[in-house]
Amino acid sequence: MSAIEILGIEKTYSVGFWRKRPKCALKPLHLQVEEGEVFGFLGPNGAGKTTTLKLLMGLMYPTAGTAKILGMEIGDPRMKAQIGFLPEQPYFYDYLTAAELLNYYGRLSGVPAKELPQRIAAVLDRVGLAANGDVQLRKFSKGMLQRAGIAQAILHDPKVIFLDEPMSGLDPMGRREVRDLMSQLKQEGKTVFFSTHILSDAEALCDRVGVIYQGELRAVGSVADLTAKVHGKTELTWQGAIPASLKALSADAKVNGDTARIVIDEAQLDSTIDTLRRERCRLISVNPVRGTLEEYFLQHMNSSNPGSAPLPKSKNIESSQGASA
Amino acid sequence: MNSRVSAIASNTFREAVRDRVLYNLIGFAVLMAGAAILVGQISVDIEKLVVINLGLTAVSLFGVIIAIFIGIGLVSKEIDKRTLYTVLSRPVQRWEFILGKFFGLAGTLVVNTICMAAGVFLAMLYVTHKLQPSDASVLAALYFIVLQFLIVTSLALLFSSFSSPLLSAVFAFAVFVIGSFSGDLREFAGAQSGASHWVAMAAARIIPNFSGLNVISMVAHGEPVAANLIFANTAYTFFYAAMVLCAAVLIFERRNLK
Repeated sequence: MSAIEILGIEKTYSVGFWRKRPKCALKPLHLQVEEGEVFGFLGPNGAGKTTTLKLLMGLMYPTAGTAKILGMEIGDPRMKAQIGFLPEQPYFYDYLTAAELLNYYGRLSGVPAKELPQRIAAVLDRVGLAANGDVQLRKFSKGMLQRAGIAQAILHDPKVIFLDEPMSGLDPMGRREVRDLMSQLKQEGKTVFFSTHILSDAEALCDRVGVIYQGELRAVGSVADLTAKVHGKTELTWQGAIPASLKALSADAKVNGDTARIVIDEAQLDSTIDTLRRERCRLISVNPVRGTLEEYFLQHMNSSNPGSAPLPKSKNIESSQGASA
Repeated sequence: MNSRVSAIASNTFREAVRDRVLYNLIGFAVLMAGAAILVGQISVDIEKLVVINLGLTAVSLFGVIIAIFIGIGLVSKEIDKRTLYTVLSRPVQRWEFILGKFFGLAGTLVVNTICMAAGVFLAMLYVTHKLQPSDASVLAALYFIVLQFLIVTSLALLFSSFSSPLLSAVFAFAVFVIGSFSGDLREFAGAQSGASHWVAMAAARIIPNFSGLNVISMVAHGEPVAANLIFANTAYTFFYAAMVLCAAVLIFERRNLK
């Protein structure tokens, strides 16, 4: 049985004041996530990730289609007792302490009153807030709030955990901790469905990813499958200097001692090797360079929508460097 | 009340207490103490009447203001701050959320009223030096005031479930004012004929009958409150508040949380 089964779910809003017109936020989405899988839902801001999560959580109603989580319809209270959810940039009741907040959510999730104190202590310890259990949330930093958010999502030991941009706004240390926690959840056999626009996180954590853009699921597969589709680059190393004709070919041409290295597009491989032969350079290696998710994103999102403006890399999709900066 | 409704209710009560809503009691205490001292000096034989009138009117006004200004944010604030997302993603039905919020604010108002009632009785004791058995009718007036709060709270919740806080406050306050003159509206409807009679009658039936819940003047003059009036007002309030809450749930159930 799939942990999450999305069956053509879609969402259309009415926009405009006088003359209402439909705006499609999510085109019919079909997706299955297996039990124990860590699934990354990738897309730039406004792609439809949060809309999808809100539909799955029953916060919004779909225009058409349905979804099942753990074999139960969305909205089924029995199903909701077995899932955890962390919204994007969570805000909690800031007049409560962390322990009071978890006590409240524990009661709502049906955790037996006798078990709650131990569960709260354990989960606070797990997210690194053991020393802050009796501190009001209004005194928490953003990173601490995110941890409290994760704590409430896993408090009741759910089978499926949905995280909306869990690393958003965290410093590198915080992101590392959240990554470690997600890895632990996977080891415990939990299904984790998380949305992100930080591609390095998806590359590091996910068994599979789905790529959504402009409300439409564009691709699903393992990170390796998707990056294999990246229009390839090749790295060549040889002994000798860099011929003048090759210097213009790539900004990645470098010399280290008597060894030169260059990264070129696959299409240029034959002509580059011919040049090196003519110059009597001794070829050492020819290696295909593995594409990154970021490259996949930039190639496929722009090419699939030639009429639209290209994705501004720094704004919409954060690479690992961009995200940690 | 199930455990989820009681959890939401106790959290709503805790929010009101921690947001220092009960600090209004300080203002009320100052008002009552000042009134008792002043009335004792300037009025002859009607000290008790003035203290009861002033005290119960203040209890009503303070409570209605709290009911409106907290009630209008009960749902909209949770949506704006997105705290609702982590509540409704749990096995919590939307009607349970509305009901929990209602009971939480109602509980806050009851505690607030009990404290203010103690203030009214202390002021009465100060001006008369002795309480009499007939003063128990003040308790009936206080009970009717609490019934008013239940209706105002349900209305504020209803408006909060589909409107902005500002508009909700305007609507709730307008309904409270109109409802306070519902007796006049009924008399007006009775004096009309034809279509205007039916329109006025329909308005009088829809608008909450706050004037029927106001026995302050009667109690201040030492008149007893009939038991059947207590039963009738209780039944009316429970029915009216339940209907308004049903409407709030129906609207909230359909709402997309964007």
